[in-house]
Amino acid sequence: MVERRPLLSVFTHLGLVIGIVIIAFPLYVTFVASTLTLEQVLTVPMQMVPGDNFWNNYAQVLTGGSTRGSTAPVAPMLFNSLVMALIIAFGKIAISIVSAFAIVYFRFPMRNFFFWMIFVTLMLPVEVRIIPTYKVVADLGMLDSYAGLTLPLIASATATFLFRQFFMTVPDELVEAARMDGAGPMRFFFDVLLPLSATSIAALFVIQFIYGWNQYLWPLLITNDESMYTTVIGIKRMIVGGDALTEWHLVMATAILAMVPPALVVILMQKWFVKGLVDTEK
Amino acid sequence: MEKRVVFRSKWLPYMLVAPQLLITIVFFFWPAGQALFYSFQSQDPFGMNVTFAGLDNFRYLFNDSAYLASFKVTAVFSMLVAAGGISIALVLALMADRVVKGALAYRTLLIWPYAVSAAVAGVLWGFLFAPSIGIITFVLKQFNIDWNWVLQGDQAMLLVVIASIWKQISYNFLFFLAGLQSIPRSLIEAASIDGAGPVRRFWTIVFPLLSPVTFFLLVVNIVYAFFDTFGVIDATTSGGPAGSTQILVYKVFVDGVKSADLGGSSAQSAVLMVIVIALTVVQFRFVERKVNY
Repeated sequence: MVERRPLLSVFTHLGLVIGIVIIAFPLYVTFVASTLTLEQVLTVPMQMVPGDNFWNNYAQVLTGGSTRGSTAPVAPMLFNSLVMALIIAFGKIAISIVSAFAIVYFRFPMRNFFFWMIFVTLMLPVEVRIIPTYKVVADLGMLDSYAGLTLPLIASATATFLFRQFFMTVPDELVEAARMDGAGPMRFFFDVLLPLSATSIAALFVIQFIYGWNQYLWPLLITNDESMYTTVIGIKRMIVGGDALTEWHLVMATAILAMVPPALVVILMQKWFVKGLVDTEK
Repeated sequence: MEKRVVFRSKWLPYMLVAPQLLITIVFFFWPAGQALFYSFQSQDPFGMNVTFAGLDNFRYLFNDSAYLASFKVTAVFSMLVAAGGISIALVLALMADRVVKGALAYRTLLIWPYAVSAAVAGVLWGFLFAPSIGIITFVLKQFNIDWNWVLQGDQAMLLVVIASIWKQISYNFLFFLAGLQSIPRSLIEAASIDGAGPVRRFWTIVFPLLSPVTFFLLVVNIVYAFFDTFGVIDATTSGGPAGSTQILVYKVFVDGVKSADLGGSSAQSAVLMVIVIALTVVQFRFVERKVNY
């Protein structure tokens, strides 16, 4: 701020508060709806203060699911989402940090060709090649499995890129020192490079965890077995069409459950989240 | 840029790139190749009869009024999402950049929608706007506005645009905030000593210096609207009513999965690939070359 303008400051705060309230409004309504009975939700207009069915609704969805549409309990879905998000986050980090290491720290035939092969995957989101990818996964017999859920999404170049950028900034003297001390490439990787990459790894983890947790189209296609549903798919399957038929109080409770873990990751790891977001796009 | 000092090994680098290459080939090149291959073929829904169709799928596609309509829908949708998301986020970022007290709290309260899945965002907004029980529908009714996105195409479009913008605001906001914070204070101070007020300073200094960020966000938001909004649309309108929210990605899904038209859907995938590659090239060429003058 370069000058004092008290009136403008008041408006600024007011504007921010209004913005936050509007952005949080859907979340608040969802939470309120998740604490009501179905009759209360269907009353027009719906009440705007939380009811007292919080425990009932959440216990019901976690252990029993809804009674219309999909009847699968949500607790295993949360577990599936967690497994999927973690495999994707760690898998991506693991395979791309070693391939970036190879590309930056070695000279070998076909190096540039490999680099471009990986680079091209940046361009095509899963959504575009969805049907052939589905066929491949089906041919490999990986439908309704964690491998099928995660492996196709691990194939992406963003993380390799990020690590490549970072390795380029690591001083060459470190490699020279390590070689002088007789350390081989893997020793250098584990003892020097990996510790130096800690913040990049944390930043990438936040972004990829959210990416994995929120996947929609892919799990929708390849999970037919209710026990393999992720939480986001579970919500969609609970909505049976028609405002009055859907058990909105249970759908909303599930929606809250689906939002809380990634939101916590973003808020608690905010520093790395912001870094990850800015870095992955460079 | 290359490293001066490297390690030497005949086999180790291949071992290190192998996992990523394997996954890339199996789940990326193989399916993408098949998509291209199918796009030149015609197949009946049971896969019994496959014939080489040449460019017939594409010719058919560009004569298909539903496909052309989907193009138009996508263009309108992505423009609205990009323009709306960018301008709202810019206003919020300008305000957040001004405040000194509570800046972190404001930021925290503005970034969480990034963590919400597109499909969940669709469910949330679909519920608020639900034709018979929605809160906002109820309020609109008090103003004699007949709201029913299940039947009215324009309203369905508005709904998916709002939900998509809502989810993307935090992303745009963070990039604008970072951009604003990297503008040298001395420029702003000099302008204010010369008597320029906040509005004048914004248009003559801040906005031009933000143009690389704005342009970058424009491309990112268009890509987002093209692909990542699939969940929003599937969870609310499912492309309806009468195709009025059926964006290209959604049509690939509907034709390929629901109608089992492999050739047509693959041809659409191929067209989308060309669009993404074009967008990526644009992004790389122009973002590198800073846009401010």
